[in-house]
Amino acid sequence: MRRAYFKFSWIAAALLAPQLLIIFVFFYWPSAQALYWAFTLEQPWGGGNTWVGFENFRKVLSDPYYWSSVRVSVVYALATTVLAMSMALTLAIFVDRQLAGYKAYRVAIIWPYAVAAPAVGLAFQFVFNPGAGIFSYINTIAPGWWDLSKYPWQAVTAIVVAGAWKQVAYSFVFFLAALQSIPRSLTEAAAMDGARPLRRMIDLQLPLLTPTFFFLLVINITDSFTDSFGIVDTLTGGGPFRATDLMVYKIYADGFRGFDYSGAAAQSIILMLLVMALTFVQFRYVERRVHYT
Amino acid sequence: MIERTPILNIATHAILVFGLILILVPIWLAFVGATLTLQEVNSAPVEFWPGDQLVVNLREAWAQSDFGPKFVNTLIVATGVVVGKITLACITAFALVFFNFRGRMLIFWMIFITLMLPLEVRIVPTYAVAANALTPFQTIMDVTGISWLITALSGIEVALEWNLLNSYTGLILPLVATATGTFLYRQFFLTIPDELVEAARMDGAGPLRFLWDVLIPLSKTNIAALATIMFVYAWNQYLWPLLVITDRANYGMVVVQLSDLVPDQLTTGGGTPTWHLAMAATLVVMLPPILIVILMQRWFVRGLINTDK
Repeated sequence: MRRAYFKFSWIAAALLAPQLLIIFVFFYWPSAQALYWAFTLEQPWGGGNTWVGFENFRKVLSDPYYWSSVRVSVVYALATTVLAMSMALTLAIFVDRQLAGYKAYRVAIIWPYAVAAPAVGLAFQFVFNPGAGIFSYINTIAPGWWDLSKYPWQAVTAIVVAGAWKQVAYSFVFFLAALQSIPRSLTEAAAMDGARPLRRMIDLQLPLLTPTFFFLLVINITDSFTDSFGIVDTLTGGGPFRATDLMVYKIYADGFRGFDYSGAAAQSIILMLLVMALTFVQFRYVERRVHYT
Repeated sequence: MIERTPILNIATHAILVFGLILILVPIWLAFVGATLTLQEVNSAPVEFWPGDQLVVNLREAWAQSDFGPKFVNTLIVATGVVVGKITLACITAFALVFFNFRGRMLIFWMIFITLMLPLEVRIVPTYAVAANALTPFQTIMDVTGISWLITALSGIEVALEWNLLNSYTGLILPLVATATGTFLYRQFFLTIPDELVEAARMDGAGPLRFLWDVLIPLSKTNIAALATIMFVYAWNQYLWPLLVITDRANYGMVVVQLSDLVPDQLTTGGGTPTWHLAMAATLVVMLPPILIVILMQRWFVRGLINTDK
């Protein structure tokens, strides 16, 4: 609380009103609406919604397609996160040595952040294309072996690689910023004690990066749940045989192509709970447990 | 650095160059694809070196996707999101930090919670709200009986409607409806010393004058950082415009155009996939935000780190 402030007046109310109005209409109302739909079923010929309790959830949770969607979302989340973070960490640690060309390296690693997800998807569809891309080499050796539109594991690999590619820049920015905030006196003290650069990386820099590491872990997993739509839509379209039907993609497909608002709402609620749980874990545990300053 | 490490230095460069190759190869291949002819791009041994068709392909892709008006639309939406977000974030944070009133913490938390659920997660009901942005008020009036009262008293049927589908407002408002930026501003405002507020009040400045003449000039860095992040965020929107805009001829955004270019059986009708055009269009679409990030690198990094996206 500040000591010096202005008295509450109509000015403060007027300044707060626009934001409150917008989040009420476009955030709280839709979220409440999702809850309402999740517990009701729309009548086919109008006449409003009838209360069905947990019926929609029961239907969703007993649907094998939903579980395969959850499974592939988890695989996608873990694989992209591990790939992107390990790559970002390695690059950040070596960029942080600030050798010649340091600024050029930094720009070259940061810019992919600006590429739109569907553009990433499309570019990787070209790269992975069995007929035109670099993977057509494989097919000239073993014809028909590589085809994204036929083999589920290849499609999953493709979206994981594309997703990880897109995430590297974000983690890199945070790792590098964290590395650069390590006090120089610590590095110098370690060097005085005879720790060579590699030893300092392992025993000094990596432990000091732990808070950033956990922060990025949660952010990357959350992002991979919510941000994957553009990549899936242009790279695989959810196929083959629904192998890349990630959760957000399935909500979109069920809600807007299948017009099953109640089912889509129930799935949205589950995804909301998942994302909120992750965010909660981050604020409650991660930010408190790991502290060195 | 502190000591000489010639071998490690060479290893460092080797690792970084290897990493860069991994990052650059996909985009390089896409670029090469955009410089070839239809026959070349579909022939089996992949080209690693650009051809001479870049300008031709760019021109054709531009015409095919009708990028001219779409760039204008995307610029309008991106500007709207940037300006809207910065204005809202600034005035909300100002009211929360510099005024003392009851319910301050409640409002703070109400805004804070919006960070938890991105638009993609609540996409279906948000779409329903966009079809009639006044539904919430209509429902509240119906439930509380106010609309019945109005009908009974004046004979006017209450039917509020404000359709946001196929409009710039519909594209912009839901993207503005989160707390990103509000926290950036709040943190900054909390660092303003009390003495500055007292001095301003001593000189007879009201809250609005203080905001306009003292705080906004001080927060130029914040504005630049937030503007960079929000521009990239708005430019790259895909799912929301895909849903809200059915009239793509008038309101389409560039990134959404990519969904038509996926060369599969559906779009080519069994013909040869036009990869050269798809890649040319991809290059066109991703260039503006990349330029922004590279040119505004300093602000971009600062914005990214301070807003948690």
